[in-house]
Amino acid sequence: MKPVRFDYARPADLAAAIALGRRDDVVVKVIAGGQSLGPMLNLRLIQPDLLVDITAIAELKRVEEAADSITIGSCVTHADIEDGHVPDVTCGALRAVASGIAYRAVRNRGTIGGSLVHADPSADWISALTALGASVIIHGAQQERRVPIEGFMAGVFETDLASGELVSGIQIPRLSSAARWGYYKTCRKTGEFAHAIGVYLEDPERSVCRAVIGATGGKPIVFADANALVGAGRSPGALDVKLARDGMTAHGLTDPIDQQIHLAALRRAIARANGS
Amino acid sequence: MTEQGIGARLLRKEDDRLLRGRGQFVADLRFAGLKDVAFVRSPLAHARIRGIVVPLTHKDAVFTAGDMKGVKPIRAVSGLRGFKASDQPSLATEKVRFVGELVAMCIAPTRAEAEDIASTVTLDLDELPAVYDMLAARNSTSALLHDDWGDNVFLETFVDTNIDKALDAPIKVTREISTARQCMAPLEGRGAVAIWDKRLEQLTLHSACQMPHIVRTGLAGCLGLDEGQVRVIAPDVGGGFGYKAILLAEEVCLGWLAMQCGHPVRWIEDRREHLTAGANCREHHYRITGYADRDGRLLGIDCEATVDSGAYSSYPFSACLEAAQVASILPGPYDFPAYRCRTYSIATNKCPILPYRGVARTGVCFALELVLDAIAREVGIEPHEVRAKILVKPEQMPFDNITKKHFDSGDYPESLRRAVGSIDIPAVRVRQKNGETDGRLIGVGLATYCEQAAHGTSVYYGWGIPMVPGFEQATARLTPDGGLELRVGVHSHGQGLETTLAQVAHEILGIDVSKIKVVHGDTAMTPYSTGTWGSRCMVMAGGAVSAACKEIAKRAAKIGAQLLQTDVSRVTVRGGEVVGSQGSITLGEIARTWYLKPQNLPSDVDPGGLEATIGYKPVRDTGTFSYATHAALVAVDPEIGDIEILDYVIVEDGGKLVNPMIVDGQIYGGFAQGVGTALYEEMPFNSAGQPLASTFADYLLPGPTEVPAPRVDHMETLAPYTEFGVKGIGEGGAIAPPAAIANAVNDALRPLGAELLNSPITPRRVLEAIARAGRSAT
Repeated sequence: MKPVRFDYARPADLAAAIALGRRDDVVVKVIAGGQSLGPMLNLRLIQPDLLVDITAIAELKRVEEAADSITIGSCVTHADIEDGHVPDVTCGALRAVASGIAYRAVRNRGTIGGSLVHADPSADWISALTALGASVIIHGAQQERRVPIEGFMAGVFETDLASGELVSGIQIPRLSSAARWGYYKTCRKTGEFAHAIGVYLEDPERSVCRAVIGATGGKPIVFADANALVGAGRSPGALDVKLARDGMTAHGLTDPIDQQIHLAALRRAIARANGS
Repeated sequence: MTEQGIGARLLRKEDDRLLRGRGQFVADLRFAGLKDVAFVRSPLAHARIRGIVVPLTHKDAVFTAGDMKGVKPIRAVSGLRGFKASDQPSLATEKVRFVGELVAMCIAPTRAEAEDIASTVTLDLDELPAVYDMLAARNSTSALLHDDWGDNVFLETFVDTNIDKALDAPIKVTREISTARQCMAPLEGRGAVAIWDKRLEQLTLHSACQMPHIVRTGLAGCLGLDEGQVRVIAPDVGGGFGYKAILLAEEVCLGWLAMQCGHPVRWIEDRREHLTAGANCREHHYRITGYADRDGRLLGIDCEATVDSGAYSSYPFSACLEAAQVASILPGPYDFPAYRCRTYSIATNKCPILPYRGVARTGVCFALELVLDAIAREVGIEPHEVRAKILVKPEQMPFDNITKKHFDSGDYPESLRRAVGSIDIPAVRVRQKNGETDGRLIGVGLATYCEQAAHGTSVYYGWGIPMVPGFEQATARLTPDGGLELRVGVHSHGQGLETTLAQVAHEILGIDVSKIKVVHGDTAMTPYSTGTWGSRCMVMAGGAVSAACKEIAKRAAKIGAQLLQTDVSRVTVRGGEVVGSQGSITLGEIARTWYLKPQNLPSDVDPGGLEATIGYKPVRDTGTFSYATHAALVAVDPEIGDIEILDYVIVEDGGKLVNPMIVDGQIYGGFAQGVGTALYEEMPFNSAGQPLASTFADYLLPGPTEVPAPRVDHMETLAPYTEFGVKGIGEGGAIAPPAAIANAVNDALRPLGAELLNSPITPRRVLEAIARAGRSAT
């Protein structure tokens, strides 16, 4: 399959990209790394008139470190993070997650913002960043807004972005040095999309104890206060299985085998956070 | 052994161009005026065609069945009794019978534009019930694929040898076993460029195919051309595995189109076409019972096997080769006294099933080896003990088994012993007792198989398919500068024949392999051949090259003796020279004499000169039997169903190895495909007959991280009937891994009472089996 005929623009600044995105006379699609969009174009699952490539916009590749957070430009690649080009404020979590995304060839081009906007439930960032408590910075024609990441993804391949809006960056809180995290995903094979993801973050100094079950049929399932879920002692046996299963069932993840695999992923993420 | 002859671990000559990106594949070919073709394909599995609406703006760029007047459908009939023939139209007429069947052909300067045009064509289809389940398709209530058949059975076969003597056996193990529908996945898909030459009145088809002469015969038949009016060129081809053995409807369409439109036309298969409508294979179902005594000796096998053949019988192998072969090869390398097998080749609304590396063997090995392990568990002995009791023994060779297969040579029990020792089963048993610290369960599994290769006329005439192999020919030609050209009708697309056939010629003539050119892949330049399939090339084309080179040696010796002023009885050919007692003369000088200085030739010189086409067939053409025992050690994660292959041993006997490095490559590649069959690859269909995997994101192939390096141990029992004692080994690597891995998984899950009987063994199937076992235990 070959894509339909489309025009291509590669603006140099955010305002120009937003202006192109606001055109209502043509179907516009924004492309960052293109690692998911490329195949979708070829399969004609999307048939844009205009492709706006945002990878030439310098400010989307910026990384800004602050006292309590870091802001990563949406066009920073997975490989940039994997290779340590982004300062570490997450006790190594970002770097570890990045290094496990797909294959190196995909990581070289794929971007953190592109992954979030694509909103594939099986992708790594949406689950990992949800556990880290990240916010998405969105630019529109008039204003900039910030959305907690739980509110950004609306469903499978759906986000909170309005027409003409772009994700410019992701703000991630700085973890305290005592924070512990665990990330576990199951894949049929290396580099494939995850079948199940479990993420766990415990940062007592910031009063954070959060668990996420990802690679579901939709948005990640968040346990914003996971203290009851993980139970006393944080041992694998202490996990409140019923609470976890109820959470999954409430989100439409009802198949018992799927539940079992997701539960195992979460349990292993917690175990990793506890150093085992 | 010389440094370049039989047995040398020579680097592959063809890799110099292939690894530097200088290969020339069909999609690399450029022709002036070339236009691209995209097909409109059926979106439904089964429907009556009410109409095809082409917008007026594109009416000159779109062709349908109505345009292709006089073109005959593809028809591959088997001579087996009761076979029902199907006619596969190049473009659908009246009915569509699978998703992806060709309905219209669109032409444009680029593929993208051709797809644009294809998207404007509207199909008016009257949907019919889809036949998607081969077992249900056997019922009289099923919808019919081919209305005039009365049922959906291409062919039913039945054999019974003394099964009544086994029925009272004390141990009886029955299992329902299946292998999923799969897709062959060569790096390069199919593709073709067709050109009509007005001067020669000849159609040239450049095709990514592995059997160019057979494609030519089939294509000429469909288009109503003399065979002399068709030339098929298979340039560099990126893997075949059986998919490229088939004459495609797309190729017939392109041939017809090139004759109509006066410019070259091209179709390059994309991966979606390839997965959903092309390279399907392997879908088998077995109801199989093993009978044994209380010591675990196998007394009989009773089996009903069903193969989902898809909608049409493909040319040239037909829709029944797979299932009919099941009946003859199911007994494997085992000697037991009673056997019954009934097989069905069933037509369904899926694309035709095609022969894939190992063909039916992967399925039968899976079914039989799983039953042997089930018997071992039932009786309470080690699986290798069950096998050791019944494996054909070296002192029985040559051995005719219960289905009259003629085993030529080998020491099968030794391959089993070595595999058991190498994987160290006693150590595994100790480790199992101790348990794994990570909570996983480990298990060990075995599978032994035999691989009949290069079987010829005496085997294939019985199937009665459109092609029966006979003598294989090769042309050897000394060039005036002392080089050698070898012209062969087989095709090399990964097998390394440009190297190994040169090694054979070197063995006879001693010419440096760098000066030996293997010409293949062009019907205008090579002797007729059924081509590359059935692991036959080294035996057949290798034998023919040897025979042709011996003829050249004989003729060169005569000329050389004259030039050396001695008698021909006093010279030998070796090291690229004719050597006499008093001196020697190079084959180059002899060639120059024949071509350019004939005044110096002996008066009784052979007028055939230094070029000879010789046909070859082994002394007995019932096939060579190579074999192996595979042993797998796996770890199963019972919580998430993941399987890791911890160790894998292959003890293989491929007869004389012409180039052991290439043999290792064949085994590694086959093993990787076997791992795919075992754990990953599946082309699911829904009840509407829709294929559910259309990209490699849905259709999983094992990657480097999923395929560990197997430990390969070679035995080398020479074949008694072939030149140099070679045997075919092209397919074996892909045959046993599903069985060995499944047996290992079942061994691991034995404490839980779970058993896996369907490939691929996915995490979900593992967890379902564990859950089932848990339910039945409580």
